[in-house]
Amino acid sequence: MTAVTYGATGRLGRVGASFRTNWALLWADRLGRVGVILLVIVFLAALLGPLLFPFDPKAVGRSATDLLQPPSATAWLGTDEMGRQVIWETIAGARTSLTVGLVATAISMVVGTFIGLTAGYSRGTMGEGLMRVTDFFLVIPTLPLTIVLAALIGQSLGVIILVIGLTSWPATARIVRSQVLSLRERQFIVRIQSLGATDLRTVGIHILPNILPLVFANTVLVIAGSILAEATLAFLGLGDPVNVSWGTMLHFAFQSGAAGRGAWWYIIPPGVGIVVTVLGFVLVGHALDRILNPRLRNR
Amino acid sequence: MALLEVRDLTIRYRTTAGEIRAVDAASLDVDAGEAVGLAGESGCGKTTTALAIPGLLPVNAQVVSGSIRLDGRELLGRSEAEMEKIRWREVSVVFQGAMNALNPVRRVDEQIAEPIRLLEPETTSKAARARVDELMERVGIPAARGREYPHEFSGGMRQRVMIAMALACRPKLIIADEPVTALDVMVQAQILRLLKDLRAQLGLAMILISHDLSVIAETCDRAVVMYAGRTAESGDVRAIFRSPAHPYTQALIRAFPNVRRERTFVSGIPGYPPDLMAPLVGCPFADRCIVRIDRCRAETPALRPVGPAHDVACHLVGEAAS
Repeated sequence: MTAVTYGATGRLGRVGASFRTNWALLWADRLGRVGVILLVIVFLAALLGPLLFPFDPKAVGRSATDLLQPPSATAWLGTDEMGRQVIWETIAGARTSLTVGLVATAISMVVGTFIGLTAGYSRGTMGEGLMRVTDFFLVIPTLPLTIVLAALIGQSLGVIILVIGLTSWPATARIVRSQVLSLRERQFIVRIQSLGATDLRTVGIHILPNILPLVFANTVLVIAGSILAEATLAFLGLGDPVNVSWGTMLHFAFQSGAAGRGAWWYIIPPGVGIVVTVLGFVLVGHALDRILNPRLRNR
Repeated sequence: MALLEVRDLTIRYRTTAGEIRAVDAASLDVDAGEAVGLAGESGCGKTTTALAIPGLLPVNAQVVSGSIRLDGRELLGRSEAEMEKIRWREVSVVFQGAMNALNPVRRVDEQIAEPIRLLEPETTSKAARARVDELMERVGIPAARGREYPHEFSGGMRQRVMIAMALACRPKLIIADEPVTALDVMVQAQILRLLKDLRAQLGLAMILISHDLSVIAETCDRAVVMYAGRTAESGDVRAIFRSPAHPYTQALIRAFPNVRRERTFVSGIPGYPPDLMAPLVGCPFADRCIVRIDRCRAETPALRPVGPAHDVACHLVGEAAS
């Protein structure tokens, strides 16, 4: 075995082993397992659904008898107010909801972790200043900001993702900062600094790996929040009208008076989609928190 | 000439409650290859004195006066960049391995290699790895265990890692701050044995800080007993343990059980150390001293020789000798 592969396989082997351990612990956690199963269903729907059952938003009904019909042998979950099949629409919605949830969370995590690390590690004015900026973003009301941005830029998936990402990072930044404040005073950080290590090295090699588990557990919960936020915005009519999502479905169901006309099949499927997805992420997130936080791990 | 000469070192901590006189005119000499023990109770300034040498004091500490000379060069007043050249390569610190001294998410060999990587960047990674293996063998860790993470090591093994790390850049002087505290007695003995062997093999000088006099008696050539930031007594370990001159040293030795002594109760020292924020009047130990005289309240005793290489700061000892 050469020296180079020794180092490389050693590290990858460790990461692999710890991933397998955590996965086994997640699967052993009863609620965590329920969450994983729910998420697998949603992800399969989002990934395979549009390939197997392509949903065409323009495939509207040809006559009045096609509109808002209850479930039947041809339309398993009935049709919407334009005569489209609710079941295919719901499956198509999974992809939009997950896309918004994941991309917005990615923005939130990168920004939040970076700001939290910087604010926690740098003492004095810099750290304080960053936290005041964080506070500023923390109190921005999401809804009016979205309405304004949608009016300025136009309603699109990108705007929604941007708005959710920009309003959800402060919580992450605060969590990361608190952890960094504690890590910064540990003796191994003092030791590294006494070696004259650059701040970049200290933070990148010694602090960041220590907070990654926390960031991961938090990420899963932020995804759930982002999906809910997307549904809220879309329900209020601020969604992207081109990409069907569960939020826009509920919006159009509400607009077409589905509730008043007793068209439950138009309201329940997107609602269930939201609940299943958010529940899946929350269950997995709390299970990961239990696993990665030794104080909550009762073993 | 001594390898290290600390003279009249005075260090204060600025706190919100006021200034604390942590170290007050303390002096300390270490010859090349010599082991000096720094003893005293919590808050007596032993760690502050020692950490001032490599310039690792907390930011709110302020060196008021005194000098620290290493090989005749003054270390106080040097910039951080200059201290980085001296730290680890000439004076290094064995951090207490029990708590937080190792990064939990990095491999042990990577952490031992870090001083070499950062301070001797010209070293090839192959040479650095060979040196880490050698260091680990030297402190009694099988080289293969370097691939493990700190949580897979026992307390004693972690302390060995900290010693290996301190030796990484071949220093002349190592400062061990409570290196065996929080270890059980068997492991303590192994670590002390290791420190002794390393000193003999490498000709290292060492400052060992401990509140446990028996650790110092076992490992060191000379001992310095500190009280309330001041040197109470310093001298050859045998002289200090056989004929302690300062009432505080005497009381400190009585406070530890001794297998060779008659079976008596271990006696504590009643009272508390003085308030380090209040100005010092007289001898700092006067309040707790059983042989106090009026002069102890009025005049602070200076360090005076009472024998060959044996100094004491006590009015009574000076009177008795003269």
